[in-house]
Amino acid sequence: MAQKEILTYLIVFVSGGLLCALAEILIIKTKLTPARILVIFLIGGIILETVGLYKPLYKLCESGVSIPIVGFGASLAKGAINLAQEVGWIGAFAGGLKQTAYGIGAAVVASYLVTLLFSPKSK
Amino acid sequence: MSDNLSPKEEARNTRYAEYVNAVSPQNNARKSIFHSFWIGGLTCSIAQAVGDLYAIFMPQLSKDMIASLTSMTIIAIAILFTGLGFFDAIARVGGAGSFLPITGFANAMASASMEFKTEGLIMGTSVKLFSVVGPVVVNGIVWSTVAGIARYLIGVI
Repeated sequence: MAQKEILTYLIVFVSGGLLCALAEILIIKTKLTPARILVIFLIGGIILETVGLYKPLYKLCESGVSIPIVGFGASLAKGAINLAQEVGWIGAFAGGLKQTAYGIGAAVVASYLVTLLFSPKSK
Repeated sequence: MSDNLSPKEEARNTRYAEYVNAVSPQNNARKSIFHSFWIGGLTCSIAQAVGDLYAIFMPQLSKDMIASLTSMTIIAIAILFTGLGFFDAIARVGGAGSFLPITGFANAMASASMEFKTEGLIMGTSVKLFSVVGPVVVNGIVWSTVAGIARYLIGVI
């Protein structure tokens, strides 16, 4: 039991780390800006979910693949695909936002609160 | 202008170029890839632990809900760290290890929001909140909609 958990955490650490290292290599070698790299990994996640490869990958790597932006893309695609199956093609427009609304909502509210509470440090 | 360099000057320039090459990129590149690796890996491991704890203490929640709660928690921590000024220190070392995970998304939103506080909460903060994460949100919505419609059409045919 404990051994299984240690292995899970090891896989999470290595897979999450490898994705980030890959992004860093892309920055160094191609001089792409971070925003472009984020979009590339995001679309990568959307494609993986659409072709059905994300689920087995998630079963193996768990947070190692769901916490990097790849997981955000996969969540968006999963929501859009599921809602489209449920209510028809029009569901594709809302499903992604519905699936990720908790995270985006939390990010917007928390950013607003932190802005009210703190002022940026002068650099 | 530099067409008629003396051989001595040219040799000096080559030597200098070699020196710059030897000193800067490789070492820094290897180091920054290594730092990205462990900071990214650690972030994911912490998120995994948060999710595992939620699953233990709130077993009635669905897997989807636990995943959402975990993202919310990690996002809130990253934004709090941004407000307190810790995140910049992590990001300087972590590089892609700090911006590729969802923490980077949260940090980008919060720092844009804070940076424009001086221009007012409506015209500054509210306008600029998505200025950095906009590409991710816009492309995410557009391409996930395309994915949803594509999978729907394949299902219908």
